[in-house]
Amino acid sequence: MDISSLNRISQDKKQNLDEVENMIKAKKIFKGGAAVPHRKNTAEMETVRMGVPEKVLIPMLQHIGAPCEPLVKKGDTVKVGQLIGSSDKYISAPIHSSVSGTVVNVAPMLYPGGFHVTTVEIKTDGKQEVHEDVKPPVYSNKKELIEAIRNSGLVGLGGAGFPTHVKLSIPPDKKIDTLIVNGAECEPYITSDYREIMENSWNIMGGIYTLMELLEVNKVYIGIEDNKPAAIKELTHLAKTSEKIDVITLKSRYPQGAEKMLVYSITGRKIPPGKLPLDVGVVVMNVNSVSFIAEYLKTGMPLIKRRVTVDGEAVKNPANVEVLIGTRLEDVFNFCGGFDRVVHKVLMGGPMMGIAQYSLDTSVVKHTNALLAFAREDVDIDAESVCIRCGRCVRACPMNLMPLFINHNVIKGNPQELKRYNVNDCIECGSCSYVCPAKRHLVQSIRLAKAQLRQASGK
Amino acid sequence: MEKTLLVSSSPHLRDGASTRRIMIDVVISLIPASAAGIYFFGPRVLLVILTTVLSCVLFEYLSRKAMKRESTIQDFSAVVTGVLLALNLPPAIPLWVAAVGGFIAIVIIKQLFGGLGQNFMNPAMGARVFLLIAYPKFMSSWIVPGPDAVSSATPLGMIKATESAAGQLPDYFDLFIGKVGGCVGETSVLALLIGAAYLVYRRVITLEIPLTFVATVALFTWIFGGDTLFTGDFIYHILSGGLMIGAFFMATDYTTSPVTRRGKIIAGIMCGLVTSIIRLYANYPEGVSFAILLMNIATPLIDRFTLPRSFGGEKPVAQHN
Repeated sequence: MDISSLNRISQDKKQNLDEVENMIKAKKIFKGGAAVPHRKNTAEMETVRMGVPEKVLIPMLQHIGAPCEPLVKKGDTVKVGQLIGSSDKYISAPIHSSVSGTVVNVAPMLYPGGFHVTTVEIKTDGKQEVHEDVKPPVYSNKKELIEAIRNSGLVGLGGAGFPTHVKLSIPPDKKIDTLIVNGAECEPYITSDYREIMENSWNIMGGIYTLMELLEVNKVYIGIEDNKPAAIKELTHLAKTSEKIDVITLKSRYPQGAEKMLVYSITGRKIPPGKLPLDVGVVVMNVNSVSFIAEYLKTGMPLIKRRVTVDGEAVKNPANVEVLIGTRLEDVFNFCGGFDRVVHKVLMGGPMMGIAQYSLDTSVVKHTNALLAFAREDVDIDAESVCIRCGRCVRACPMNLMPLFINHNVIKGNPQELKRYNVNDCIECGSCSYVCPAKRHLVQSIRLAKAQLRQASGK
Repeated sequence: MEKTLLVSSSPHLRDGASTRRIMIDVVISLIPASAAGIYFFGPRVLLVILTTVLSCVLFEYLSRKAMKRESTIQDFSAVVTGVLLALNLPPAIPLWVAAVGGFIAIVIIKQLFGGLGQNFMNPAMGARVFLLIAYPKFMSSWIVPGPDAVSSATPLGMIKATESAAGQLPDYFDLFIGKVGGCVGETSVLALLIGAAYLVYRRVITLEIPLTFVATVALFTWIFGGDTLFTGDFIYHILSGGLMIGAFFMATDYTTSPVTRRGKIIAGIMCGLVTSIIRLYANYPEGVSFAILLMNIATPLIDRFTLPRSFGGEKPVAQHN
């Protein structure tokens, strides 16, 4: 199906930053990072809804934490919104069916992360009958609200996939004074957060008000990079309704959207190594996650679909697509007209932190914000050459690490020496590898370093 | 549809920088200084430059071949070494001595220690010091720019010499444009600064080392360089000798200088101190080369003791073993 005709490019929405009244700039800029290209080709493409695929593959792990146990078996019929996977572990999030149909298989299948996960395969019937349990949640206190959010299956939609109910359950010894809504979207290509702001800004505001009450915070900042003036204008306008809510214009510099960098840019607070935003009184939520909370409280429909930016030079018709969770990658790309060049690399997520896929038979999961496909010439990287100690990786590292020395000691296989370099503080943003003139695989070696250290400590 | 998809670790995007491009930028940045050398000391200088560049590239090629390793001449690092070596030699140097310098720089100092990125001292600087010791006569015969091209002393040699031999000191302007005796490419401060500006603009070098180096020399020679304290002619000191080429082009060599900001500042101050002490109190008129080599040797230590703390930094730097 050709969807290019559905994409209306509305030029009038492109504005200048100068037109934004009362623009508030970020307090700080983090050190380092990289001037990555933006390539927001799909920014002005309104979300198009993809139909129901013939089958969906719903993995029982779509979050950071414990995997879910499947609650259905082969032959069962399921309906939209039906709970099909849950776990009694605290750090986990329940999983719901995104379709109505028949379960044809429950077995370990390839997961986008590259390993196998128990997955429920459902043959769809196309009727999309909604399950009777789907109704707006009733809650009378904070505990019940958090429980409702847990039941919605929400995880961080920005890409990390951390269960939201855990993030919102603030330990009694921590004091939260600030909520930061993350609309930085610093990865190239991805526009799924931007589209949420442009299309559902009222839901974002609704979610903010709910969270303000829940977290008892007096200050909410919505952080958006300055390459998205229309989004800044849109939310600045709505934020006028409350003095407690400010839209902050962030400098477009990768990795501005990384939690530690974002909190620093907006509040000037530095999150110590190994600590979380809540240790400095802040909760950070992605715009899509905030918006979903408002939508869920209205409809009761759990997290069964999401917006995915489909782009990359090999995709025929790049688009922002509303996809049912569990839809196979191949079906999503076909919806976008397939490929018009020979595909060499497929990414889930952005080019800086996304995960390369080796099969299109995996499926869209809760935290899939983008699917990108490239031909060889788009993503060909020169062979590694020797480190010339130029120090660009050191300057690029927003965490103040020394990637070149970590790389050196990983190659030597020297975990004792590795301990000196604070390897575990690496956020794997990719800035060091991006700027390396010798094209060294620095992030890859830091991941190896983490593994070597784990091994050395006997865990 | 499913052909072979490439799977690799993120990031999947890289910028356009390359080692080769950096080296070419350094070569470009040395063009003004080379041109100034040719202009002030005559066309023979061009032969000196060609000799060192060709010998460096040739020895790079031959040594890699002898070690059965892939050729690295296409990364342009040997060209950089060649140009830098020429700029650090006297204009009247016999060409065979210049070629020996290329051998020392590339084979002994660079390739025997593992090649690009592995050598513990700056190849051009190391070769210059080798020649200084092995061929003191050739390495200290200077000519004065101009049609006569008579032999002379360098500006630093003049102030070091006894009163009678000192003669007329050049003025600041001649020092700045390079119309004085000295090595091929070290005399024209103007040309060197133009090249350095290009390197900064291209983000090939950062200014921590050069600025602290020059500032330390200025401060030290101002305090101790005169007959009484705080009367030294520090402008004369920073405009003469190999300070500018050393600070901007030699001490900033990636391989042999520290990578952290703090480390670079320490390195620059150290270079400045050693240079000043040699200039004021030792037998050699010039101390830049020795200062840089000493700093090169200290670089692994400096790197080790200037590890930065992670962002958010309460966590102390890991303990030393």
